[in-house]
Amino acid sequence: MASNQIMFILFALMISVFSVLTVTTRKILRAAVFLLFVLVSTSGLYFMLNYQFMAAIQLTLYAGGIVVLIIFSILLTSHISQKFETSGWKKNIFSALAAITGAILSIVTILDYSFSATKEAAQEVDMHLIGRSLLSVDKDGYVLPFEVISILLLAAMIAAIVIAKKAGPAKTILPKLNQE
Amino acid sequence: MSSGIPLQYFLILATIMFFAGVYGFLTRRNLITILMSVELILNSVNINFLAFNRYLFPHKLEGMFFSIFVIAVAASEAAVAIAIIINIYRRFTTINVEDVNEMKF
Repeated sequence: MASNQIMFILFALMISVFSVLTVTTRKILRAAVFLLFVLVSTSGLYFMLNYQFMAAIQLTLYAGGIVVLIIFSILLTSHISQKFETSGWKKNIFSALAAITGAILSIVTILDYSFSATKEAAQEVDMHLIGRSLLSVDKDGYVLPFEVISILLLAAMIAAIVIAKKAGPAKTILPKLNQE
Repeated sequence: MSSGIPLQYFLILATIMFFAGVYGFLTRRNLITILMSVELILNSVNINFLAFNRYLFPHKLEGMFFSIFVIAVAASEAAVAIAIIINIYRRFTTINVEDVNEMKF
């Protein structure tokens, strides 16, 4: 067995075990840490697929950004030692039934379908090519989605600030400015 | 690096992750854990995009750019969702979805 197959099995085991643990554990901080493990092993998978840039984005943005954000909001909103009460067994069983049925259906379909790859030579993905494609207007350019996603990120940033700020201090700033 | 591993294995792995996320989305009551389940779902979709791109169309970059955009959407979604969750916590002092059933006041 080649070393990359062993690595794949390791990552696959980590992802499947920890993603199930993320949604079943009863302590919320543990759920966040298991989510972190899942995201880090996903970036390992991206390294195996030879997308180094995606793996770096996955590490910095998901594992570095979103998980930290989630952990901070957990610390702001709940006690660490608090355990959830389990939702009713009926809901659990039916949700598990729906998830397992869907998973089995998808897996059977995947195994049944024969994927056919193109014969064209693989392209080396380097930073130069990624930057060029993101900002080019040619056939393989992605400048329109790039602009759309920039506006979306700006809107999300402003929205997050506006929603989360306290209503109080904003009103008291104005009189001070007038006095000066 | 990915020689000797069939494409189907990546897809099955993403399927397991996706349906774990679906299970969490249906059973959890805490808003933050629901958000975590959504992150799991989005992440599994990214694995699919990249595996398809590497195995079936290695001369193009469409899957990679699509997953970059998915990651950007996921990040902005998490930021806005957490802002809303903190606001809900200020108003109701709980983030349990069953206790938060009024839109205003």
